[in-house]
Amino acid sequence: MIGYRQRFAGNLFHNILFTFVSFFIIVCLVDSFIRPEKGVPVLQKKIAKNIRSKSSAYLKRIKARSRLHFKQWWSVLPFLLLGFLAVAVLVVYPLIKGVYMSFFEYNILFPKLSTFIGVENYSRIFHDPKILLALRNTLLYSLVTVPGQWIIGIFIAVLINAQFIKQKILFRTAFYIPVITSWVVVSFLFRYLFADGKYGLINFILYEKLHLLSQPISWLQNEWTALIVIWLLGIWKGVGWVMVIYLAALQSLPRNLYEAAEIDGANAVKMFRHLTLPLLKPTTLFIIINLLIGSFNVFIQVFLITDGGPMGKTEVLLSYMYKQAFKFTDFGYASAISVLMGVLIFLITWTQQKALGKEKIEF
Amino acid sequence: MRTFWKIAVYLVLIIGLFVVLAPFVYMLLTSLTGVAYTLPRPDEILSGNLSFDNYLEAWSRNNFQQYFLNSIFVASTTTVFALFFSSMTAYAFARFEFPLKELLFRLFLFTMMVPGVLNIIPQFTVLKSLGLVDTYRGLLLLYVGIGIAGNTFFLRGFFERIPRELDESVIIDGGSKWTIYRRIYLPLSKPALGTLAIFTFSGAWDEFFIALTVMKTEAKRTLPIALQLFQGQHATDWGLVFAASIIAIIPIILIFIIFQKSFVQSSTGEGAIKG
Repeated sequence: MIGYRQRFAGNLFHNILFTFVSFFIIVCLVDSFIRPEKGVPVLQKKIAKNIRSKSSAYLKRIKARSRLHFKQWWSVLPFLLLGFLAVAVLVVYPLIKGVYMSFFEYNILFPKLSTFIGVENYSRIFHDPKILLALRNTLLYSLVTVPGQWIIGIFIAVLINAQFIKQKILFRTAFYIPVITSWVVVSFLFRYLFADGKYGLINFILYEKLHLLSQPISWLQNEWTALIVIWLLGIWKGVGWVMVIYLAALQSLPRNLYEAAEIDGANAVKMFRHLTLPLLKPTTLFIIINLLIGSFNVFIQVFLITDGGPMGKTEVLLSYMYKQAFKFTDFGYASAISVLMGVLIFLITWTQQKALGKEKIEF
Repeated sequence: MRTFWKIAVYLVLIIGLFVVLAPFVYMLLTSLTGVAYTLPRPDEILSGNLSFDNYLEAWSRNNFQQYFLNSIFVASTTTVFALFFSSMTAYAFARFEFPLKELLFRLFLFTMMVPGVLNIIPQFTVLKSLGLVDTYRGLLLLYVGIGIAGNTFFLRGFFERIPRELDESVIIDGGSKWTIYRRIYLPLSKPALGTLAIFTFSGAWDEFFIALTVMKTEAKRTLPIALQLFQGQHATDWGLVFAASIIAIIPIILIFIIFQKSFVQSSTGEGAIKG
């Protein structure tokens, strides 16, 4: 057993070592041919001064440049090494390996025995009805929670920012508490609040006290009510974050614009629509991007509240992927899902980044 | 008319406050009721009969104390190592020139864009081949490694704003880059480091999935997983679950209330990603 493990550890180390050595060689080769933009001009001038003959000048310059670069690497290495190594081994390499794994029917116990199946995992994704369901649920979650958090968040922020509110810090802290509470705890909390029967708090309020329902709702037993619970949790937890960012942004808006608008006879609503909103555009874009990415990452609340139930109807992309990997040990398939998800999120980020980059508000 | 709108605004805010805080209050009350039914009735909870039985039981059951200690160990160690490695790496990017520096930095940024959970499968296989599954080394390595890119990005900006003349003052006295780092950059960036420490600690404290995937031995597991164990297969003793939950979130809430400003700043700071 020990020999087996050593063989496989050796394999991984060889992989990594090979990657690093080749990377290093390529780096040295490449920058002996690239003209450095930065670098130490004084040293370069000294080098240029020392060049005697013109024919060997070019070679000498290359040598000196490589020596300089080597020196730079040598002095920075002790600081850079550990951090870089950790990121390379634990983040970059898994990214590449994930793509690699998606082309296999990956055997987690005996990785070497994995069979290469090409794009079969990917074609399976497109024919899997459960993926469609997971995708639908993820998209629905985004469509509901992103606007929900945004609208309520900016509304509350504007309200708190009003001049006559003296207890700003109190409100800000209170609304932010759900944000900093662990997802595990709030998932249990919501599962509890929305418990079936007439003693779950929500049912109790709606049915017993307010008599709005004809019978208590079995929240988690039905597809759509379960989804509503998950959406409500997502919105409830995220509003504080949106609010806090807008509060900071609102503080930095110039007061004189508002005074001018007031003189011109604008009321609060008009000022909000034509003054506040446009001025907040960069902040809004930042918030929307983050909300979007966060919503695509919906996972833990689904896992803990419904576990994908009832009957897998509330499954989202990440929970489905996790189950494929760790319940059905189909790592290859799960990796394919994760690759596609990564591409999707990357595309969304990319397009939004382009939009974000172009926005520059001057006042 | 003016007063009417003022009252309206206050009303809306107070309702919002209620919606946001009431679940926590209810959770607190549930945890304080006696262990009678598995799903306590709201009448009981609001009746005002308080008892700390659930807390005593939660603390002594299911190795809860062990999990609590494990979490403290994991979260603090992660924070120390993350700060150590990230600050060194940030210093390297801020004050050194070397070939492909910007390319490397962009690679770091790129890793931040990928959501963490996607990577967990290959990360698990990497840990497995290194024989680090179900060890604290593996878990810590993963936590620290994942956080480095973001922390470095955050700290680099901070370091770059420190004037270079301070570097030169150490060089004149015959110090090395390491001395500069130790005597100038670290002390000067205490607020940034503090913010990062809070952020890292609470992130590691609450982390669920990596801990669930990597740690298999019961005795080594962390709090979030312990909480899940309180959910029985049959009925769940909610009073117990919430007593345990409250014990679990108290450290974070305390840190939050004390260091309020830094907390809020860290999540609105440059490059922080929500989720």
